[in-house]
Amino acid sequence: MMSMIGRRLAVGVFVIWGVTTLMFVLIRVAPGDPATTLLGPDATPEQIEALTERLGLSGNIVEQYLAYLRQLATLDFGDSFRTGQPAIALVSSRLPETLQLTLGATVIAAAVGLTLSLLAARRPDGAIDRVVSTISILFQGMPTFWVGIMLILIFALVLRVTPSSGAGTPAHLILPAITLALPFTAIIARISRATLTEAMREPYVQTARAKGLSRGEALRNHAFRNAMGPVVTIVGLQVGALVGGAVVVENVFAWPGLGTLIVDSVASRDYTVVQAAVFVIALFVLALNLVADIVNALLDPRIRVEANA
Amino acid sequence: MTDDVILRAPAVVRGRSRGRAARAAASIMRIVPIAIIAIYVLAAVFGPMIVPFDPVATQIVDRLLPPGATTSTGSVAVLGTDSTGRDMVGQLIYGARTSMLIGTLTVAVCTVVGVVVGLLAGYLGGIADTLLSRIIDILIAFPNIVLAIVVAGLFERGVAVVVVALSLAGWVSFARLTRGATLSLREREWVSAARVLGVPAPRIMLRHVLPFVFAPVVALVALEFGLIVLGEAGLSFLGIGLPHDIVSWGQTIAAGKAYLSTAWWISVFPGIALALLVVMTGLLGDQLNSRFQRGGVR
Repeated sequence: MMSMIGRRLAVGVFVIWGVTTLMFVLIRVAPGDPATTLLGPDATPEQIEALTERLGLSGNIVEQYLAYLRQLATLDFGDSFRTGQPAIALVSSRLPETLQLTLGATVIAAAVGLTLSLLAARRPDGAIDRVVSTISILFQGMPTFWVGIMLILIFALVLRVTPSSGAGTPAHLILPAITLALPFTAIIARISRATLTEAMREPYVQTARAKGLSRGEALRNHAFRNAMGPVVTIVGLQVGALVGGAVVVENVFAWPGLGTLIVDSVASRDYTVVQAAVFVIALFVLALNLVADIVNALLDPRIRVEANA
Repeated sequence: MTDDVILRAPAVVRGRSRGRAARAAASIMRIVPIAIIAIYVLAAVFGPMIVPFDPVATQIVDRLLPPGATTSTGSVAVLGTDSTGRDMVGQLIYGARTSMLIGTLTVAVCTVVGVVVGLLAGYLGGIADTLLSRIIDILIAFPNIVLAIVVAGLFERGVAVVVVALSLAGWVSFARLTRGATLSLREREWVSAARVLGVPAPRIMLRHVLPFVFAPVVALVALEFGLIVLGEAGLSFLGIGLPHDIVSWGQTIAAGKAYLSTAWWISVFPGIALALLVVMTGLLGDQLNSRFQRGGVR
């Protein structure tokens, strides 16, 4: 299992290098000189030159790139133009909020999604199965930002049971977490239903049934654990989409996480913060991926053995 | 290291005899997605000729009219008006136009780039394949929407920028699919035969591999179209997508957020239009996929 984690980390380092290099290229390809844009039309040439220097945009492209890699290695992305704080500190201060949101959504999606799949798998193609699959299709197709607004409309404005946006109390987390959870509930329900019905045809389940277990008992006690492996794997692959969804959902609810920060920073051309945020998001996704891998290995002894071999 | 996880296809439904009514219902269900998508296309293409609508004109006296109200010009605003007095029906139709335009352009770019790259990597193997796999690793690990946000935000607003921003990660699924199919196709007899006969590689890819990749790619086009339309709406919702003089459902939804408690219809209708389109493309994609799995070359 250790070697599997090691391999994952190597891929992770490579991915972070790739994403940050892409950012380096994008910022230099984008039209307009960042220093001029940031300082406005009244800036003196000296000011522009000084800022260009500070942004790491002076010198030839190779020098710039080497300086950029040095920055990455020391986690020093420079200061935010808007607040003057170190960009990486600003970004890390927002990370806990995003973590809260994604964890909340994952818990909801897993609980609801698995429950739905257990109900559906009891009787494949039965009435409940059809309802569950319709719900899944709807949850996956509805735009999260619109669902968020609809939840605000219903629960905050009409029923007045939750706050409409912002953060601070646990009640603030409810609507954003549900919004973010919906598409993942659908994904989990669909995959888990497929693997569960598959597992129900396996010989060990037939044996359990022959010994007199009801279909429900066989499902819960025998098929469930074996069916979870692929579910965790596929959900792990969706982690990027989960974090991307969080970025959008945060903006609907004015949730003070990485998502609102990166959109604000992009809009105000705060390059240092954008770079730091992209770096942290990449790191965050990889960390969550690793967690999914470890959970998977814990669930399935075959993966542990295979990884050690 | 691209871990392709392939779910085993669900086994054939046990031979339970279904009634004639159920079969009829099922065959109607098969037409529904394509019929609804066709309505969207028609509305996008011909709607502007029927419903006069100026996306930038404002009619302050008619602002925030509820659905069914009569405007100052005497016409009926079936779905109400927005905060500047523009008719919601017009916004929906022009929004459909925008979604179709961006969706079609972006999916076209993604399909061409993805299929070409996938074919080359899958057929040639070696460095080309390794390089592709590594690029895919990077683009898969990073949230697509964040990449699109950064790209769309850094450049001037416009259709081209949105298409590029959404294509940057969108081609990957086409490349993965094509690469995978090509890898198995290149070992098939007719491809080996062509190779032995000395047919040049570009011609083999074009004549003997590409036609068999076609079916799954078409299914993916339907699925991706919905995702791209969602992506565009998301960017416009965040205010970094299309410029203000282009009507976009995402922008309308965002604009309606400020009036939720007084004029719910501004945000509600474009969202329903968007969700319905995305659900239908998803269903169509699933249909095409299962048809291909039953009949096509695997």
